[in-house]
Amino acid sequence: MSRKHLFANEESALHEGNDASLQAASVQAATLSAQGFELPTVFHRPAVRRFNNRRQTKLICLVSAAILVAIALIGVLLMPVAMESDLSQARQAPSFEHPFGTDNLGHDMLIRTVAGLSTSIGIGLFAALVSSIIALILGTVAALGGKKADACITWLTDLMLGIPHIVFLLLISYALGKGFWGVALGVAFTHWPSLCRVIRAEVLQVKQSSYVAVARSLGRSPLYIALHHVLPAVLPQYLVGLILMFPHAILHEAAITFLGFGLPPEQPAIGIILSESMSYLSVGMWWLAVFPGLALLLVVLLFDRAGQGLRRLLDPARAQE
Amino acid sequence: MDTQQHLSSVHTHEEAHHGHTHASVSHHAGGHHLLQVENLCVGFQMYETLPQQSSPAKGIACKEKQTKRFGFFSRTTTRQTMQWVIDHLSLSVHTGEILAVVGASGSGKTLLADAIMGLYDTNTCVEGVIYYDGVKQDASSLTALRGSEIAFVPQSVKSLDPLMKIGKQIGGDPARRAELFERYSLSTDVEGLYPFELSGGMARRVLLCTALMGNPRLIIADEPTPGLDLELAVQAMKDFRTFADEGKGVLLITHDIELALRVADRVAVFKDGTVVEETAVANFAAPHLLNHPFSRALWHALPEHDFSFEGEL
Amino acid sequence: MASLVARNIVKFIVLMFAVSVVTFVLVGISPIDPVQANVGQSAYASMSEDQRADLARYWGTGTPLFERYINWASAFIQGDMGTSLRFNAPVSEVLVNRSFNTLALMALAWVLSGIFGLAMGIVAGIKQGTLIDRIIKGYCFVLASTPTFWLALIVLMVFAVWLGWFPIGFSAPIGKSAADITIFDLLHHIILPALTLSVVGVANVALHTREKTIDIMESDYIRFAQARGMSRLQAARKHGLRNLALPAISLQFASISEIFGGSVLVEQVFSYPGLGQAAVNAGVGSDVALLVGITLVSAAIVFGGNLIANILYRVIDPRIKRRGDAL
Repeated sequence: MSRKHLFANEESALHEGNDASLQAASVQAATLSAQGFELPTVFHRPAVRRFNNRRQTKLICLVSAAILVAIALIGVLLMPVAMESDLSQARQAPSFEHPFGTDNLGHDMLIRTVAGLSTSIGIGLFAALVSSIIALILGTVAALGGKKADACITWLTDLMLGIPHIVFLLLISYALGKGFWGVALGVAFTHWPSLCRVIRAEVLQVKQSSYVAVARSLGRSPLYIALHHVLPAVLPQYLVGLILMFPHAILHEAAITFLGFGLPPEQPAIGIILSESMSYLSVGMWWLAVFPGLALLLVVLLFDRAGQGLRRLLDPARAQE
Repeated sequence: MDTQQHLSSVHTHEEAHHGHTHASVSHHAGGHHLLQVENLCVGFQMYETLPQQSSPAKGIACKEKQTKRFGFFSRTTTRQTMQWVIDHLSLSVHTGEILAVVGASGSGKTLLADAIMGLYDTNTCVEGVIYYDGVKQDASSLTALRGSEIAFVPQSVKSLDPLMKIGKQIGGDPARRAELFERYSLSTDVEGLYPFELSGGMARRVLLCTALMGNPRLIIADEPTPGLDLELAVQAMKDFRTFADEGKGVLLITHDIELALRVADRVAVFKDGTVVEETAVANFAAPHLLNHPFSRALWHALPEHDFSFEGEL
Repeated sequence: MASLVARNIVKFIVLMFAVSVVTFVLVGISPIDPVQANVGQSAYASMSEDQRADLARYWGTGTPLFERYINWASAFIQGDMGTSLRFNAPVSEVLVNRSFNTLALMALAWVLSGIFGLAMGIVAGIKQGTLIDRIIKGYCFVLASTPTFWLALIVLMVFAVWLGWFPIGFSAPIGKSAADITIFDLLHHIILPALTLSVVGVANVALHTREKTIDIMESDYIRFAQARGMSRLQAARKHGLRNLALPAISLQFASISEIFGGSVLVEQVFSYPGLGQAAVNAGVGSDVALLVGITLVSAAIVFGGNLIANILYRVIDPRIKRRGDAL
């Protein structure tokens, strides 16, 4: 008898998408039943899933990255223009000329928003980088540096998580006298605990793995092992953690600036724009709040998508999800 | 072919039909098998990640190293394939008998139980022919049978809700529960316990009682003995024996050939996703009574035959 | 039991000590001189010359950090947390007043986000892969990327400014004496901030609950329940909820830190007189005593949340409770 799967016939018919193969499938089925073989009952079929296309995921990552880089660069170029005010153009609702409208001093809000986003991306980049390096170092030390170091770092992590994030940010920003460095370092010094935990766990796993044991018995130095075995194993987690830190960093930068602890008022930043917009809500200048916030939301979402996509690419176990 | 009618409802064990031989207790009540499975196939949808063929000019060792470590830079495509774990499997359970499906651990035997119980994972593909009591089944009719006609005895205590007391968990008619508890020598206190408080033997009996609440005619037991000591395992098998002797059927899935030979009436030898031979236990008396080389290899692997391997496994 | 209580008390004291030291160091290294920054304050203006000198000795950059901390700590042990220059009142008094508002706001948002998040997570988890799952997931992902304060602004603009359904800010009508304020007034003022806060909080709970639901739906006991003849939904109702509730409630308690963070932003937008707004005021106005006090209170709230989460696990889970080593 024919040892073929019904599913295989349906599949090929589906994939080739032509009537001929569909016909072939049904002809085969008819022959089978004519020969006295019973047609199998279909009990279950795999759910049709949106295909997890690596190429598409990669494209999403690259396009998000390109958009973000473009915003950052354009923003830097627009910085001087963003500071220019034109009082004759003040308080204009969104129009073709000023898509995001203008504020009380006649700043074009689109330009100001892009410049602000650029600042945010810059601070986010800096803060996430610093924060992830702190996490990498502390996580590795906790895992490899013996019991005491582990206990100290675990305690420090718990302490960090024991104070609400915003309050901690506020304190660090205050300690540094507010301003650019206040917010940048504040964000940088408060985002490492969760990634630190991930890296510690990852390094511990590598440490216990057989190939590290083999390397150690071969007399490799700890530094050699760290560079050749631990680092490559931890790197994917680190990269994903770093990119997924951007959205948080940017949101916190904006929040702390909004509260008045970040960038100085003359600087175009989303937090400042939104904080200023509060004074004009009651007079109906809605565009001051809506568009800059929406733009920030989109940037954060882009970073998040890019990070999730990268995680899918780097972490094959989740690719099946 | 007419698979459903039998001339007589009892076969002698030498007599072969439907590709299997019978034990003396095997009955064809109503002129058909209690459970008949034909050409069952269970497959998994897999996503394979294949490296794309890169141009030879770029085949530098350093590049390859990178490819392995950073999935992002590798040129790969994902392909959907169907991995058939159970492939054209056929077997039959008669009334009055215990049929043991014997195969290596992790060879996909559990999927057989899942397929008959109508428990399907989202990415599986299940097709074939299943008759229960002479009636051809589809997915929804199988679903309707479970619990009432076909009962499942899972392998571990993990199949009990960890946060619910046993009595509430079993539910149903308290009188019936008490009756079953008495039959399987469980004290009534057990009803007030949580699963983690049960011993291995108690848990197994609780699972059996739970399965029997609906008064089924067919039990499908998936590896019910691992973790039990010999005495309990024998006791467990006695419970199945009692059940089968009431004119019902048991499909016992196990990796333990010795256990199977001791308690079952017939053995279905499971290899590479299919049943290569389905025969009466009596035929395991001597290797020449067995048809398939793998069955003979199993025979030779039994301790009392000095583990002398013959032929390929 | 006794040892657990003792252990947690010790942990709490160590935490409070560490937090106060960290806060003091951070405030101390700041280039901003708290006394100079408050020279214009009415509280400062109304002080006598002696009091001003005291203040300078207490907080001024002329005094070494260590000495300042000892001053503060010895006063703190006697129950004196200092005077808030911003509010011209003892810090403890400000904290008590503000804590009530913040706790009410957080509790309301906490309950709302817990209920909605749980419901959405369960629905998405049971219906995994369907349209409704994708909608809920999409909603959560977008919300997780939404700046809380912006959402608060938009809510304020739509419901308070345009539609006029709710007041623009504060916790009670301005100009009404405390005795005249009704519970309805308080509710009317708390609804918008609480709703904003809970809408943001929902995302976290829902996503976690969804993951947990998916795990449970694939568990052996749900499969066994189905094998016994229950439908997926029946099995989920009988065995799923019970197993879900515990991790969800624990997660919700453990997420108090985030809700507090959100409340700082929301209070600022809605001019809601809670701890968060006081913290911002204290920071902007260099009201150091108040800043230290609020940091301690917020850390205590977070500690309390985590403690409740841990205790719940032990009290509710029979696996721990019945083994006798509970608590």
